[in-house]
Amino acid sequence: MSSVPLLTSKAFGLTVERLCYQLIEDHGKLEGLAIIGLQPRGILLARRLRGELHRILGKEQLQYGELDITFHRDDFRHRTSLPQPSATQLDFSLDDRKVVLVDDVLYTGRTIRAGLDAMLAFGRPASVQLLVLIDRRFSRELPIQPDYVGRWVDSIGDQRVTVQWKETDGADQVLLHGPGTEGREPSSMAQGTSADR
Amino acid sequence: MNTTAQSEQLSVEHLLGIKELSAADIELIFRTADGFKEVLNRPIKKVPSLRDLTIANLFFESSTRTRVSFELAEKRLSADVVNFSSSGSSVSKGETLVDTVNNILAMKVDMVVMRHPDPGAAVFLSRHVNARIVNAGDGTHEHPTQALLDAYSIREKLGKVKGVKVLIVGDILHSRVALSNIFCLQKLGAEVMLCGPQTLMPRYIDTLGVRVEPDLDKALKWCDVANMLRIQLERQGGDGVANFPSLREYAMRFGLDLERYKRIGKEIVIMHPGPINRGVEVTSQVADHANSIILDQVENGVAIRMAVLYLLAARIPRTAV
Repeated sequence: MSSVPLLTSKAFGLTVERLCYQLIEDHGKLEGLAIIGLQPRGILLARRLRGELHRILGKEQLQYGELDITFHRDDFRHRTSLPQPSATQLDFSLDDRKVVLVDDVLYTGRTIRAGLDAMLAFGRPASVQLLVLIDRRFSRELPIQPDYVGRWVDSIGDQRVTVQWKETDGADQVLLHGPGTEGREPSSMAQGTSADR
Repeated sequence: MNTTAQSEQLSVEHLLGIKELSAADIELIFRTADGFKEVLNRPIKKVPSLRDLTIANLFFESSTRTRVSFELAEKRLSADVVNFSSSGSSVSKGETLVDTVNNILAMKVDMVVMRHPDPGAAVFLSRHVNARIVNAGDGTHEHPTQALLDAYSIREKLGKVKGVKVLIVGDILHSRVALSNIFCLQKLGAEVMLCGPQTLMPRYIDTLGVRVEPDLDKALKWCDVANMLRIQLERQGGDGVANFPSLREYAMRFGLDLERYKRIGKEIVIMHPGPINRGVEVTSQVADHANSIILDQVENGVAIRMAVLYLLAARIPRTAV
């Protein structure tokens, strides 16, 4: 299957860095903020953000957690395959915290809905925001929109977006796979960011 | 995108015994139980996975731990639960097992958890009624969830099951826990040795590939884990002949007290499926010893049963409303 890169290493790094500065812009020193990565792929972005924020601010000001949503999915018994649970690590209460949920790709919005549901087992946050690296807009099945976006991607249903990480896949890049990607310029498909708002 | 998530299913539709499971099934149950164990440590210990299913717990034989454990597992998966015990029911009026269960299923029940005094009751039921069956102990045959939680507890304590030497002590003849444990541990690559009075050792048990050692002290020196089975007082002497002279004599030869434990000369893990006859199979000092994982077994039981119910439920086709 053909694929086209939407973000390559350098732009990838810049995008993650910009997301960090946007968080700092909105939340100051990040006191009382909790960053929660959604298992399995969102945690890689969340860990990267945590490292970058640490580098920029000099010291750890935020709470960090990882959340598995497997048992809260709404497609249990609707599909033939069964997703395997990953580890949840959330050793603090979310009561009255400002929470930023982090995932790599926002598509139908169903994972985020499950994440919101799973999160409630850990307390009642003061507010919840959503940060994603890739927003496949126009393909939402639920009324869920992100607050921070790395890149918007306009893609059709048969296409697939994968985010690859240095830590697990050898290189930082975002790829669009599927029909209609042959010979396309990446710039025509990945466009705009939340910084344009 | 969840490209790394593995997609697997159990190879069986019912959990009737460990004998029918593959090693991959058992590993899948353990991995799923890891997820549920974490859920059980959350402030809110409940997930919505089974909210559209109804489970009937049919207990034709007394039980405390297994019954409470299954009920908690079902409730924490958000299933609707009905409980039934044979005392005070129509079973005492002469209704057959299939009729009893079909009447309960007519009220739209999806899964049945059953304990029954007759070996093979779960297999029989699975052939005659249209529901998923979980065997919670059938006579002297199998008790699969107990074996799963035992092996899971060993894996948690020692980090592995493969290659671990497990000793099972006591009433092997009447024990469904022993049989399920032998199957489960062997499938996972552990070595199994049995120890107990000759009268409570089934004939030809060595054909299962286990070693039999009549001397408890020698057996204890061999093992890494000792699973001290309960003497099933309610099943003794069914043929009019006692299997051992007295509980006191049993305790002296096959019971584990602190003095005997110290004589082993190494640290071994102590297990017991409960309920304990304190002073018979183990003394209080051993049961409450730092190397005893008896209460961890109970805790893990809920996570294991959640995993089993969840994985079996995943194979129930959704019917159009």
